[in-house]
Amino acid sequence: MLWYTGRRLLQTIPVFFGATFLIYFMVFALPGDPIAALYGDRPPAPGVIEIIRAQYHLDEPFIVQYLLYVGGLFQGDFGTTYSGRPVIDVMAQAFPITFRLAMLALAFEAIAGILVGLIAGLRKGKWFDTSALVVSLLLISVPTFVIGFVAQLVFGVQLGWARTTVSGAAPWSELILPALVLASVSFAYIVRLTRASVGENLNADFVRTATAKGLSRRRVVTVHVLRNSLVPVVTYLGIDVGALMVGAIVTEGIFNINGVGGTVYRAILLGENPTVVSFVAVMVIIFVMANLLVDLLYAALDPRIRYAK
Amino acid sequence: MPSNNMGPRTRVGQAHYIAPLEETPVDEIDKLDESVKARSTWADAWDSMRRRPMFWISSVLILIILLVAAFPQLFSPFSPTFCELKFSNQGPQAGHPLGFTRQGCDVYARIIFGAQASVTVGVLATLLVAVFGGIVGALAGFYGGVFDAIVSRVGDIFFAIPTVLGAIVLMSVLPVRSAATVALVLALFAWPQIARIMRGAVLTARNSDYVMASIALGVTKFKILVRHVIPNAIAPVIAVATVSLGIFIVAEATLSFLGVGLPPTVMSWGNDIGQARTSLRTEPQVLLFPSAALSITVLSFLMLGDVVSDALDPKERARR
Repeated sequence: MLWYTGRRLLQTIPVFFGATFLIYFMVFALPGDPIAALYGDRPPAPGVIEIIRAQYHLDEPFIVQYLLYVGGLFQGDFGTTYSGRPVIDVMAQAFPITFRLAMLALAFEAIAGILVGLIAGLRKGKWFDTSALVVSLLLISVPTFVIGFVAQLVFGVQLGWARTTVSGAAPWSELILPALVLASVSFAYIVRLTRASVGENLNADFVRTATAKGLSRRRVVTVHVLRNSLVPVVTYLGIDVGALMVGAIVTEGIFNINGVGGTVYRAILLGENPTVVSFVAVMVIIFVMANLLVDLLYAALDPRIRYAK
Repeated sequence: MPSNNMGPRTRVGQAHYIAPLEETPVDEIDKLDESVKARSTWADAWDSMRRRPMFWISSVLILIILLVAAFPQLFSPFSPTFCELKFSNQGPQAGHPLGFTRQGCDVYARIIFGAQASVTVGVLATLLVAVFGGIVGALAGFYGGVFDAIVSRVGDIFFAIPTVLGAIVLMSVLPVRSAATVALVLALFAWPQIARIMRGAVLTARNSDYVMASIALGVTKFKILVRHVIPNAIAPVIAVATVSLGIFIVAEATLSFLGVGLPPTVMSWGNDIGQARTSLRTEPQVLLFPSAALSITVLSFLMLGDVVSDALDPKERARR
């Protein structure tokens, strides 16, 4: 296990550098002059552009800019926005909100998704299973922003159960509706994954053995079927962190939440490149770390993986 | 237990019963029915698919959608760009079953003409991902070595960036926004998934007996790859690619909604849904109808992908 953990940690290093380089490259090496864009139609006083360019190291070769940037990352310096505010300040404000939103969404999709998927898998072909399948396909095929609009209209405006926009402090209670919207697609995937996995495990030899030993159905299902069925679901939760981030951009845009997604959305519209790069870089780091964690968890759950080459 | 009783049917000179030849015609029992054709994976898969109603429903829907995307003028008597403000936000009426947008454009016509952009992005991105990811994954799995190492590590890097997140960043700086660039950008971040699946399937196929037999017969490596390994490894790629076509259409709509996908001048479901947001509370049909069109399209590809992957799954086949 230790050997496996060490190797997986080492593999993460090139992925981290590669991914941040890619994002940095996309934003800064492509055409477009962000400093000129700051001034619009009226050109600034001569020399000003050069000073700002030097301040943001835009006059250095691209690779030097990148190395300076990564060096800063390791010292906790995430750059400054073009309006002069340190990006880390913006992050400190935005991340707790999105963390709450993501936790609510993860909790909902994991609990409800596994429960519905388990029942559907145990009753394959019955009405509950069929309707769970249909609902999950519908949730996947309707874009998150449409679900968000409709939820906002129905629960926010017509029924008045929730606020249509979330206040600045974004307390837990106001985040419930956005979290349900955010979780909807992932919920559908977890239902399908759990259902398929449960269906497969029900036919496995170890389940027949357990039943033949005279264990109660309840024990067979919870200990033998469910536990083994959760392995692919746990893997999915790692990948899902990436989907939640994209979903957060849409959901926070709709419900006007001042979290990570909302900040990235506004930064993209305003062309605030340092903010976009830093936020997306941190998102990618979280995604890589989540996948690393899931891989290790996976190895702990399934001993075969540790010893495989 | 020694027994002298050899039974009534033992004949003279026989220590034990030997059935006469005419009683057990070996060629009858072991005979191969040569009139039956050998069944390939594909024939089996087709047999299983055509028995499922889901296959026919989704295929017919996809056919209709492709026709609408290719020849929109056949399906709508009105031009989607002919808009009159006097019709602004009016509900359904004779000849205009789905009502009008805020600008007074016919919603039905816009849905019909908007299909093209969404379908183009979906098909193009899927083709790019399947061809590039498929080839790269197959070569990496088959030849291994340095190429495999490079492809796998580069794939890891692109895999570390969620597809739509990477697409948002790249699209926001690209000077050209069109169906082709959206498809290209989505494919750029989505290819590692297909490459990984293909690589895994090729690794399995590479170690099979028929490949060993081909090597023994002196077939060149490249020919083995093209003739034997790829046809046997491509099934999971086809199933995943069908589903991802639907997912790409949703991704395009999301990008357009965020304002970094297709430019507002291009008619697309994503753009129309985004614009209809402002009139949702008073005129929900302006938002709901294009959404329904988008969802039906995506649903068709998801259902087809489900049926195809069930049909091509050897475990499912064994159960029949």
